[in-house]
Amino acid sequence: MNPPDFIARHVAALPKSGIRDFFELVAKLKGQDVISLGVGEPDFVTPWHIREAAIFALEKGKTYYTSNLGLIELRRAVSDYVGKHFGISYRPEDQVIITVGVSEALDLACRAFINPGDKVMFHQPCYVSYSPSVVLAHGHAIAVPTYAKDNFALTAEALRAAWQPGARMLMLNLPCNPTGGTCTREQLEKIAEFAREKDLLVLTDEIYSELTFDGTHTSIASLPGMAERTIFLHGFSKAFAMTGWRIGYACGPAPLIDAMMKVHQYSMLCASIIAQEAALEALLRGWDDVLRMREQYHRRRDLIVRRFNEIGLKCHSPRGSFYAFPDVTATGLSEKDFATNLLTSQKVAVVPGIAFGENGKGHVRACFATSYEQLIVACDRIERFVQKK
Amino acid sequence: MNPVLKLLLEGGSLTTAQMASVAGLSVADVEQHLEQLKKDKILLGWRPVLDLSREAAAGAAVRAVIEVKVTPERGGGFNRFAERIARFDEVESCYLMSGGYDLLVFVKGPSLQKVASFVSEKLSTIEGVLSTSTHFMLRCYKEQGYLLDGGDAPTTRLNVAP
Repeated sequence: MNPPDFIARHVAALPKSGIRDFFELVAKLKGQDVISLGVGEPDFVTPWHIREAAIFALEKGKTYYTSNLGLIELRRAVSDYVGKHFGISYRPEDQVIITVGVSEALDLACRAFINPGDKVMFHQPCYVSYSPSVVLAHGHAIAVPTYAKDNFALTAEALRAAWQPGARMLMLNLPCNPTGGTCTREQLEKIAEFAREKDLLVLTDEIYSELTFDGTHTSIASLPGMAERTIFLHGFSKAFAMTGWRIGYACGPAPLIDAMMKVHQYSMLCASIIAQEAALEALLRGWDDVLRMREQYHRRRDLIVRRFNEIGLKCHSPRGSFYAFPDVTATGLSEKDFATNLLTSQKVAVVPGIAFGENGKGHVRACFATSYEQLIVACDRIERFVQKK
Repeated sequence: MNPVLKLLLEGGSLTTAQMASVAGLSVADVEQHLEQLKKDKILLGWRPVLDLSREAAAGAAVRAVIEVKVTPERGGGFNRFAERIARFDEVESCYLMSGGYDLLVFVKGPSLQKVASFVSEKLSTIEGVLSTSTHFMLRCYKEQGYLLDGGDAPTTRLNVAP
């Protein structure tokens, strides 16, 4: 008996996330003065009133399952919030489902909407889960490149060039992890037109939308004729600093939410009631916290982008998210060597862009969700590293 | 808004050089902004926030809050009282309040006796003061935004995450 033989072929063939290797490398330097810009979450702890709401829920004995779709009070609050901030109207009764983070919502959508062999388009560089989620649902993932010259916005031209017959779904993540890329309303309209023309279901993960620093965020789901072919994914992790709570939601046409609910019902059953209670508090009384944190991220972004460009690492100003994605090719190093050598010589961790797909080559991801003091020192160290090169 | 004031309002404790880095200004610019804030009497000064229950910091550790009722004066209202009371060295802060009393006075002294004698000899003898009600502070849990038990545990955030 050979244990690996028990592993399903499509899982065995799936590579581990490139982030994992780098995580191990950083872990080896434990105890040393490493400043990590390699994180993927806020440095703020969840605001106290939200934590306190969860404690209160426990005190009141709220320890049971909720309905599969989630607490109706939370779905109502989600519906109001999405209406107010994104201009999209969803019925709380049957067009909203509460999930274990956006990650689960993404997985539900893939399993509910992909037939074996279906093609799914996604833009790259991107969050590490998109392509594997498609593959795990027995689909084929088609990467659509985004480029530094466009500030990593997805263009309809790139979509058209990458399109293949049999494509059924398009995944968007704007603002984007790791590039901070966003699309203007005009760019989104062209993407929407393409989606209608090719009859694509659009899956839009807008987890970073509140962290848009310049101009306002537009959701593709709010464009005419798009709500009926779009699943809107969102959650609490980034804007409300609630990553560890694992709480998010999906909104969309009732039959599609119902299909996702089936998968959810037989797998997760429901999201944790404690996280749901905390999320409700976040939506009802947490907006000031979002604004306070966004203001700080905004200043940190300006700081890190200015410093990268001063240092000679060409870096566009990300319109959203808390990631800068500078080009490191001017150093003559590959992104992997840059990240590894920077870590060992100057004790600053950044993530090689290749971890986010082929199109991330030549770049590194630097998360600026860390204190001003740390950012200043990290940038000084990166400057020393680049000068020594 | 003054970019330096924005940073001060965040409540961190950045050095002048760090503020310059964050705001994208020169150190001289930051210093000039700070000067202007002082000139405009927006920035009144700097003070350390100490845990006065700690032996080392307990130089003048008796603190009290005093509710003061006064008879407002024609023409001056409460201001003359408040300004007069506020000038005593023992007084750390002084506010005009709505509700059951008029002035709320935060007082600090080296001992209970010193604070008591300040109240009985100085504060309550000011003409127009009708009554005082003194509450001694027993224990502090949060001082000017800082939790005394340290608040949250050190971060357990992963160093590298997707």
